[in-house]
Amino acid sequence: MILVGSLLSIALTFGALSLFAVGGAAAAIPEIHRLAVDVNHWMTDTQFADAYAISQLSPGPNVLIVSLVGYKVAGILGALVATVAMCGPTAALSFTVSRILHHAGSSPWPALIQKALVPVSIGLMAASGLVIAMTADRTMVSAAVTIVAAGVAFATRLNPLWLLVAGGFLGFAGLT
Amino acid sequence: MSPDSPPATVVVPNSQTAAAPGLLELFMAFAKMSLAGFGGVLVFARRAIVDRYRWMTADEFNETFALCHFLPGPNIVNLAVVFGSRIRGLAGSVAAFTGLVAPPFLIVTCLAMIYARYGDVPVLRRILDGVSCAAAGLLLAVTLRMMLPLLKQRDPIALVVLVAVFVAVGLLRWPLPQVLIVAVPASLMVVWLGRNRVVS
Repeated sequence: MILVGSLLSIALTFGALSLFAVGGAAAAIPEIHRLAVDVNHWMTDTQFADAYAISQLSPGPNVLIVSLVGYKVAGILGALVATVAMCGPTAALSFTVSRILHHAGSSPWPALIQKALVPVSIGLMAASGLVIAMTADRTMVSAAVTIVAAGVAFATRLNPLWLLVAGGFLGFAGLT
Repeated sequence: MSPDSPPATVVVPNSQTAAAPGLLELFMAFAKMSLAGFGGVLVFARRAIVDRYRWMTADEFNETFALCHFLPGPNIVNLAVVFGSRIRGLAGSVAAFTGLVAPPFLIVTCLAMIYARYGDVPVLRRILDGVSCAAAGLLLAVTLRMMLPLLKQRDPIALVVLVAVFVAVGLLRWPLPQVLIVAVPASLMVVWLGRNRVVS
């Protein structure tokens, strides 16, 4: 019964978030953190930072961080429910909309809505960056690693995986 | 044309695009691009769909992605669903979606098990701390890259919306739905009022 309760709670939480995730999964990080850490107390700040790190270390869509949150709450079933809940509603919506909007047509609304959403989603991405940095960087050195990683990723086309590996090495060496 | 057949815009064969793929091919293609995609699958999806398999022209891809970008939820998941549906209807959507999500889901679940068992081991703890710091930096860099075009446009109202959303969600930690219910209509109204500037 406890398991059913947690699964239901995961399904409702991420099912609702699915339809509010403007700008994609990376822009939803602050809300996922708020729901998982502050509201439901499913995990600690550090565990959330770890979950984000693991989701970045593995291939696939960024949305899989919710699988890790779900796993923490209710194991494999929790991971499955969280993933389906986060993807399902928006997948159904996309399917329906793409069937209705066979061609872009002459309506200016899709373009206007998109233009209106751009600053909103970038604001959310910036908030994501802040939330992850706040949970990950507990020392001056780790904050410096974040800033250097940001600089290198911004200035070069280096595969992001190498920066994550470099961060892991610095951590292994006890620097962060 | 039955109501279930895909829209003519994409299916009409032309010299630029290849024949529409079958279900298994769709599943495999999305599984491959998903497993190649570290730090986001979109780049790999574009390369595979447009350059490698030639299932869509660059314009068709951009149009499809624009649709997916303005819908809520993970963009790449929406892209898989819409692309699959345009090629093979509902079954195509399911094939593309499953290909995109199932294989990396299995990987991430295995990592979750390892983390649950060994997450407190000091060495692993230190490594993960280091990875987290770098991951935060990557996110900041992506944000900065996305922000550049907006800064170049010198659109002060868009920047006000951006900063307001950042403060509300990032600093004040307000719930996302409440923030969006105010921010999206406000931004839409500003864009709508200024649309003649853009269109003309």
